[in-house]
Amino acid sequence: MAVKRAPARTGIALQGLTKSFPGGRGPVHAVRGIDVSIGLGETVALLGPNGAGKSTTIDLLLGLQDPDAGAALLFGGSPDEAVAAGRVGAMLQTGTLIRDLSARELIAMVASLYPKPLGVDETIALTQIEDVADRRTQKLSGGETQRVRFAIALVSNPDLLVLDEPTVAMDVESRRAFWSTMRELAERGKTVLFATHYLEEADAYADRAVLMAHGSVVADGPPTEIKAAVGQRQIRATLPEAETEALEALSGVTRAERRGAAVVLRCSDSDASIRALLDRFPEARDIEIVGAGLEDAFVELTGAGREVDA
Amino acid sequence: MRLATYTRYELLRTFRNRRFMVLALGFPLVLYVLIAAPNRHEQSLGGTGISAPLYFMVGLVSFGAMNAVLGSGARIAAERSTGWNRQLRLTPLSTRTYFRTKVMTGYALALVTILLLYAAGTVLGVRLSGGEWVRMTSLILVGLVPFAALGILFGHLLSPDSIGPALGGTTALLALLGGVWFPIGASGAMHDLAQALPSYWLVQAAHVGTGGSGWGPRGWLVIAIWSLGGAWLARRAYQRDTKRV
Repeated sequence: MAVKRAPARTGIALQGLTKSFPGGRGPVHAVRGIDVSIGLGETVALLGPNGAGKSTTIDLLLGLQDPDAGAALLFGGSPDEAVAAGRVGAMLQTGTLIRDLSARELIAMVASLYPKPLGVDETIALTQIEDVADRRTQKLSGGETQRVRFAIALVSNPDLLVLDEPTVAMDVESRRAFWSTMRELAERGKTVLFATHYLEEADAYADRAVLMAHGSVVADGPPTEIKAAVGQRQIRATLPEAETEALEALSGVTRAERRGAAVVLRCSDSDASIRALLDRFPEARDIEIVGAGLEDAFVELTGAGREVDA
Repeated sequence: MRLATYTRYELLRTFRNRRFMVLALGFPLVLYVLIAAPNRHEQSLGGTGISAPLYFMVGLVSFGAMNAVLGSGARIAAERSTGWNRQLRLTPLSTRTYFRTKVMTGYALALVTILLLYAAGTVLGVRLSGGEWVRMTSLILVGLVPFAALGILFGHLLSPDSIGPALGGTTALLALLGGVWFPIGASGAMHDLAQALPSYWLVQAAHVGTGGSGWGPRGWLVIAIWSLGGAWLARRAYQRDTKRV
């Protein structure tokens, strides 16, 4: 396909990006033609379950792999150009640190490769790793290693920061420190893309969530909009006798599920639904109405819940 | 960009890996002492007119230096398995600088190995003129170039599990066929094969110390071909090696 140059104010432009890998039973379509444009200064969560194509998308946009079709552009140019100019900081999903240096030395080593790095001490303070900075990298715990890897991504003072599942190996304390640093970076106007399958992280820290499933983008918008795109509230009630078809016919109910003696109604208009429910099934007991989290939006949009129907 | 800083840390972390250093530097030294010390009064080994300590010193210098330079492959394979190589691709580090740093590290290790063996040789009675030491060492350093390229090539092709046997086997074979342990005869199929190997010319370089004449045009040509071919393949392997390991 024809590749357009992205406008200069675009941080990341993915245009018809496609990538397959040979697999045992025919090719595995990891990324099936995605179009995403991320502006400068945006903080975007790339959201999706394992196997959705997030890591492949990140490899493609960083130039670590070449797409079969389409293109990834960073700041209007190729990924390699952006990397060579030192404009990209990245923390990949897999990977650990090389041994026999202290965290501080390793950060200084990486800093020496960039044209305008942050100071080593500044980076250590920013990522809150003072406590482990003088320890050899092979003696760090999993969570500490992740924090040092984050420092390595940051020391370049990048315009674009790409993080693939950054908090996976982190404990609660590391995670807290990590997100407070991320807020500070967003305030400095960095463009940030992070992949995660923690929905609460996307909800709490991203301006925008791009939801991927089976190699395609299934939703793209503010996390609140994604929630609005599906049933916003759930009604749970103990109701052993009712048929799910009858429940789904109620006003404002988008989907009904039976869980033993209880039923769960996903609602687009829970006010109308509760009135209809009590009118039609006055015997309903233990009624709860809860706001659906992004978790539910996720299940709805990625089709994980549809397997139940199949 | 301060490339000296990058190279300095690379050297620092190599020399800090104690287990590696003991094996890389200690092995040729111990081997030398074991072979040469019992024969240190033998002044004409097998009637060659070369003293045993000198003969075994030049043999082990070629073997130890080759080992040290090829060893960079093992360190590269280990770095790749941690995903560090992919992390480096996301920095402005150029292929050229990456290679230069790896080659410098290999050479630093080789130099230390060579100097330790020279010192041990001197203790066992080896005496050469200043000019001979310098000519021998300079030619050895040139002769190591193909091995530096091969080390990087292996490091980017093999996994940490397979690189140990691969490097061990390659070194043993190249050493044997190159005449590290036994002189290669002056003619025959063995001689022709040996002359096509960089290890043969590395051994010839070391034998400047025993009165050898170094390399003729053929030696320079073989070393140049292996260097350029090895460097080309190593560069290709490095540039293709961006996949998740």
